[in-house]
Amino acid sequence: MINQYKFEDGPELRDLFITVDDPESHITAIETFITYRVVTKTTRGEFDSSEYEVRRRYQDFLWLKSKLEEAHPTLIIPPLPEKFIMRGMVERFSDEFIETRRKALHKFLNRIADHPTLTFNEDFKIFLTAQAWELSSHKKQGPGLLSRMGQTVRAVASSVRGAVKNRPEMFTEMNNYMETFSQKINVLDKIAHRIYKEERDYFNEMKEYGPIHTLWSASEEDIADSLKGIASCIERCCRATERRMAGLSEHLLPILHEYVLYSEILMGVLKRRDQIQGELDSKVDALANKKDLFSEEIEKLEDKVERANNALKADWDRWKQNMHWDMRSTFTNVAENNLRYYEECLATWESFLTSQTVDLHVDEDSEDRP
Amino acid sequence: MLHESLFSSSKKMEDCLAKKMEITVSEAEKRTGRNAMNIQETYTAYLIETRAVESQSEGQCAPVESLWRRYSEFELLRNYLSVTYPHIVVPPLPEKRADFVWHKLSADNMDPDFVERRRIGLENFLLRVASHPVLCQDKIFYAFLMQEGGWKEMVNETGFQLKADSRLKALNATFRVKNPDKRFTELKHYSDELQSVISHLLRVRARVADRLYGVYKVHGNYGRVFSEWSAIEKEMGDGLQSAGHHMDVYAASIDDILEEEEHYADQLKEYLFYAEALRAVCRKHELMQYDLEMAAQDLTSKKQQCEELATGTVRTFSLKGMTSKLFGQETPEQREAKIKVLEEQIQEGEEQLKSKNLEGRDFVKSAWADIERFKEQKNHDLKEALISYAVMQISMCKKGIQVWTNAKECFSKM
Repeated sequence: MINQYKFEDGPELRDLFITVDDPESHITAIETFITYRVVTKTTRGEFDSSEYEVRRRYQDFLWLKSKLEEAHPTLIIPPLPEKFIMRGMVERFSDEFIETRRKALHKFLNRIADHPTLTFNEDFKIFLTAQAWELSSHKKQGPGLLSRMGQTVRAVASSVRGAVKNRPEMFTEMNNYMETFSQKINVLDKIAHRIYKEERDYFNEMKEYGPIHTLWSASEEDIADSLKGIASCIERCCRATERRMAGLSEHLLPILHEYVLYSEILMGVLKRRDQIQGELDSKVDALANKKDLFSEEIEKLEDKVERANNALKADWDRWKQNMHWDMRSTFTNVAENNLRYYEECLATWESFLTSQTVDLHVDEDSEDRP
Repeated sequence: MLHESLFSSSKKMEDCLAKKMEITVSEAEKRTGRNAMNIQETYTAYLIETRAVESQSEGQCAPVESLWRRYSEFELLRNYLSVTYPHIVVPPLPEKRADFVWHKLSADNMDPDFVERRRIGLENFLLRVASHPVLCQDKIFYAFLMQEGGWKEMVNETGFQLKADSRLKALNATFRVKNPDKRFTELKHYSDELQSVISHLLRVRARVADRLYGVYKVHGNYGRVFSEWSAIEKEMGDGLQSAGHHMDVYAASIDDILEEEEHYADQLKEYLFYAEALRAVCRKHELMQYDLEMAAQDLTSKKQQCEELATGTVRTFSLKGMTSKLFGQETPEQREAKIKVLEEQIQEGEEQLKSKNLEGRDFVKSAWADIERFKEQKNHDLKEALISYAVMQISMCKKGIQVWTNAKECFSKM
């Protein structure tokens, strides 16, 4: 179940296999945190070995994500599970929380591995292969936090001015699409959680409902069997409800949540593309009359913009395809889940009915027929 | 009066009114009027329609007779029947106020759904009485169905209210009776258990209904979102849109499902209220038995007094005995007079005791016969109700399968 996402290159062509498992708790004087085991198996030449096993904590994943965003500002970096989960008030280190996070981290790494560009990113390779101390020292290199922040502030300033007016039609369409998609996916996420909650409440009431019939049967003679039969039917339907809920929480809820995160990511990607364009535009504006003197610089920026646009376009198409596939398979799964539930319940009640009407026929045979 | 009704319990089912007459409570109407205290009030009146069933018909139907009655008149009828036939498990009326409601249903007595369910309950009550071998013979019942005017006066003229046992008397008897028939004691326990378990069941059922409603209705939210989402999608659009439609159908289907379940709940409620009727018969037995025990005790003590006076021995302490010891014995003439009075009382007491004994035994016999009849009816009805519950669940599952099959097809075509 956890491996259900699209291999767009087909499994035969994959040469990088990653699993995330074995969460372990670490307690130090300062903090408590969880590490996960990341196992990589590969046939790629650029890897020194064919198998790696490392332990990573959530912070490390965050680092990887920000490095990827830095290196590929207009590519769609897969979502990471959130730092905290406010809704549902799950304990930070409850088994449920850890397992949900583990699955999401697993998906995160595999999506990167499947991405035609990101899969060859150097930081990605280091993440998968470096021992803990190697990773720490590598992390310390590269632009610091402050300089990154500085970049962002400048970029935002420039994007406010000119990016939107020069934006190619295609990206305006994408923006509009993402705004609506983002709204809808958030609503869907809320609906799905509501459904889960209602099903759980229903389950809790049903748990109490069945046994009352058993209790009643203790006072009766003739109808005791019928009552016990009903109790057992309700109990079986209860278990079917549990399975239905499990289906929701294993498939629909995680996927919708991912796409909620994706919608934020995509809005971010579109903004960054606008920023890059904004850099070009503001440079062009600034050099108004001296364009010829700086034509090389402008050409470089124009190239940058073109590359960014192409990368985004390609990734966008890829993302849309995947989204389409994910939604189709997830909702089909939801429908199947519900079908299974109703079919189970139907079988239960039908067999009860058969047992009762058999008794009735036995009784009728002993009376005069009308 | 009691004796008469005991004799008529030997009549057979074929003589039941229900076989000779069609009875329906066909309509309910809101009325306003002035009550006994001349205050304006709103109430609901129910139309009772009756038609004789012709044994040989050539397409000719007897005319329909009808009259209007309100709930309080039904109550009066039932009170009359309970007092007049204490050995019968008298069918209960539908609830006065809506109870065990889940959130969507209103607890308002004027709510049309409640009125409708009450109409059915009242019809059911009349049919129960009409098919009871003893109750269907009752003239007051017949008049209730056929005679609009002057019925209340007719009931009051029977003076049944005077025959009613006071609650206090009954409670006293329940605590103090020494030798009730064990079967009645067991029956009382059973009716307590039945009442408790059905109440519990109905309460939880209402909560389950509430939750089920929530599950279905939330799915309705999918419809709108899918529709809005489909507007921005090229390939997925159609699939989403049509799936959304099926989600709307799914959400809407719960209303009918739960409406049907209300009828099931009403069937259980009837037997919840029947528990009280069973208890009433048990109470009557305890009362009669206590009465008997008291009469026997009284007789014994009078006999003892008589003996003491006759032989001059005092076996038990009595104030009279002490005072006569202190202040001198009575004269032989006084003693003779007392003995004579006592002997008369003893004779009366023995006759009374004899007839009370007979009454008591007849009551037990005929009450138990009706209880057996009731048990059979209860087992039959409840089993049918449980089966109908299963049928409802099956129907709900089949609807669910259909909707989700359609939805699945839409999703897979996205």
